Amino acid sequence: MRLEPVANPTLLRQLGLPALALGATVLVAMALALLAGANPLAVLGQIVTGAVGSRFAVLETLNRATPLIFTGLAVAVAFRAKLWNIGAEAQLYAGAIIAVLLGTGALGAPFVLPVSAVVALLAGAMLLLVPVLLKVRLGVDEVVTTLLLNFIMALFVSYLLEGPLKDPMGMGWPKSAALIPEARLPRMVEGLRLHWGFGLALIAAGIVWVIHTRTTLGFEMRAVGANIRAARFAGMPVTAVLVKTALLSGGLAALAGWSEVAGAKGHLSLDLSPGFGYTGIIVAMLALLHPLGVVVTALFVAGVFVGADAMSRAAGVPTYIADMLLAVALLFMVLAIALTKVRVVRG
Amino acid sequence: MGQQVIEILISASFWAAVLRIASPLIFATMGELICERAGVLNLGIEGIMVIGAFAGWMAVYLGLPLWGGVAVAFGAGALFGLLHGVLVVPFGLSQHVVGLGVTLLATATAYFAYRLALPQVTSPPKIVPFQVWEVPVLSDIPLLGPALFAQTPLTYAAFACAGLVAYVLYRTPLGLALRAAGENPAALEAQGVSVTGVRIGAVMVGSGLMAVGGSFLTLSAFSSFFFEMVNGRGWICIALVVFGAWRPGKAVLGALLFAGFDALQIRLQQTPMGAVVPYQLFLMLPYVFSILALVVMSRRAQVPAALMVPYTKGER
Repeated sequence: MRLEPVANPTLLRQLGLPALALGATVLVAMALALLAGANPLAVLGQIVTGAVGSRFAVLETLNRATPLIFTGLAVAVAFRAKLWNIGAEAQLYAGAIIAVLLGTGALGAPFVLPVSAVVALLAGAMLLLVPVLLKVRLGVDEVVTTLLLNFIMALFVSYLLEGPLKDPMGMGWPKSAALIPEARLPRMVEGLRLHWGFGLALIAAGIVWVIHTRTTLGFEMRAVGANIRAARFAGMPVTAVLVKTALLSGGLAALAGWSEVAGAKGHLSLDLSPGFGYTGIIVAMLALLHPLGVVVTALFVAGVFVGADAMSRAAGVPTYIADMLLAVALLFMVLAIALTKVRVVRG
Repeated sequence: MGQQVIEILISASFWAAVLRIASPLIFATMGELICERAGVLNLGIEGIMVIGAFAGWMAVYLGLPLWGGVAVAFGAGALFGLLHGVLVVPFGLSQHVVGLGVTLLATATAYFAYRLALPQVTSPPKIVPFQVWEVPVLSDIPLLGPALFAQTPLTYAAFACAGLVAYVLYRTPLGLALRAAGENPAALEAQGVSVTGVRIGAVMVGSGLMAVGGSFLTLSAFSSFFFEMVNGRGWICIALVVFGAWRPGKAVLGALLFAGFDALQIRLQQTPMGAVVPYQLFLMLPYVFSILALVVMSRRAQVPAALMVPYTKGER
């Protein structure tokens, strides 16, 4: 058995294989439901209704998708340039900390929102800059450093919430004081529980798309990702490109935490992110690292989580089924994409 | 403060703790080292440790003997290793992406299965874990005895495992083939050995060892399975492989050094210093140490030449 490149993959091959991957994921979902002693079709139905079956469900899905669009973009930007930023979780918390620091009275309207957004962006960018400089200057693998920074950041947030940022009115719970109303993101439509973080996430996706397709930097990022030696040989400033990529990626991830605090929660607590940074990797990969695709897959992933929560309450299948399905979808999808370019032949 | 550190360093219980904390890291680091020496980065390590911790504990909870639990953990790890190996070796998919996918899948599988098996419990049931086995005669040596020779059997096994890995790697044809797969796969193929086979086999055995490392947490260190109990240990093992320059002996030293930091920070929290300095700072120390270790060692490291390079037969 060996692999043979397919010169001109047909449209059927390009679309059929990813569709097959999604179909296989649905089959896995049904098998897991069966394993849990539930009716597979009912479980699938409950996930779908739980995600989009009512106005409340749709708003919940859109809200859940907001941080995932940001972290998905952060990962997509970095992975395009083969910069393995697995630290979106830490950068997210950097943004969240800034939202609290500047949003609890340090600044007033009308400056607090734009200023804290920009500072949050910078904080996330700086946090990723450290591993990237270690990578380009000393050859330290950024996978491990960004991963370990997630754990260091979680402990730092825990320290802040039990120390300097602790809410004096918090009844002893480790959470920050509430943001002042001027520091909160307003709702996009009056009467609908959807904050402007979602709108900003869409705008961010548009900006990243423009950078990717219409600017020299976007071209350089892709070139560095495709073949770093060729890019260097062609005279591209590889180090500068990687640093710019890192600033963009870290900043986007920080906006996820900033918008969760300023938009959704109004305060910072240790459970702000149920792994949005890590889920961003799935979002970006399912979107094939395409910035506009990230919006679609973030909505899909958010829907699976929200739907699985609702289904779990009704059918009793553990909610971790969502994490399993997304991991399976990720693995099937990378395989399917690879198989559009090669075919398996005997001999 | 210096006096307190010295008092900690000369106590037998400190050194016993170092060996205990290092044990799961040694198993998992040896596992990752085997994978990487064969040319495959395995970022599935964190999740594979979780599934090992869960599977080993569940097997014992369901009535298997403790060593049976270790074997089940190994098998579960090898299974996820097979998944990783098949996707990245013959298909040549991105080792970063697939590894992270395997971590997510293995972690979610463990949590899903745990909730399925025990839907209603708030605190997980306990098993009877491995007990301390004092080596006759040797454990009577003052200071050294209680530190080194009063451990659970899995700790002795961890050190034996490291020795075995070093022996196989450097003194057997199998080890030569494995190293060749990571350094010069084309030369190995020219010898008539299947690079694909060696690499997948290495990833399976390596993943099995990672899972055994995870099972140490449930079968020896604690007696229950908790969510997030692996807590980044897998990622630290990846750092330890780099720190150890891909050599088993140095990697064990790295694990001991790391465990030393961990054991020290726990004890420093109990000293008067712990009342002044926030405990989170102590907990950060081991992670900070790992990053610093990477920075120091990365320059001189001899990375396996074909690490993360997919091999296609007959291609230059």
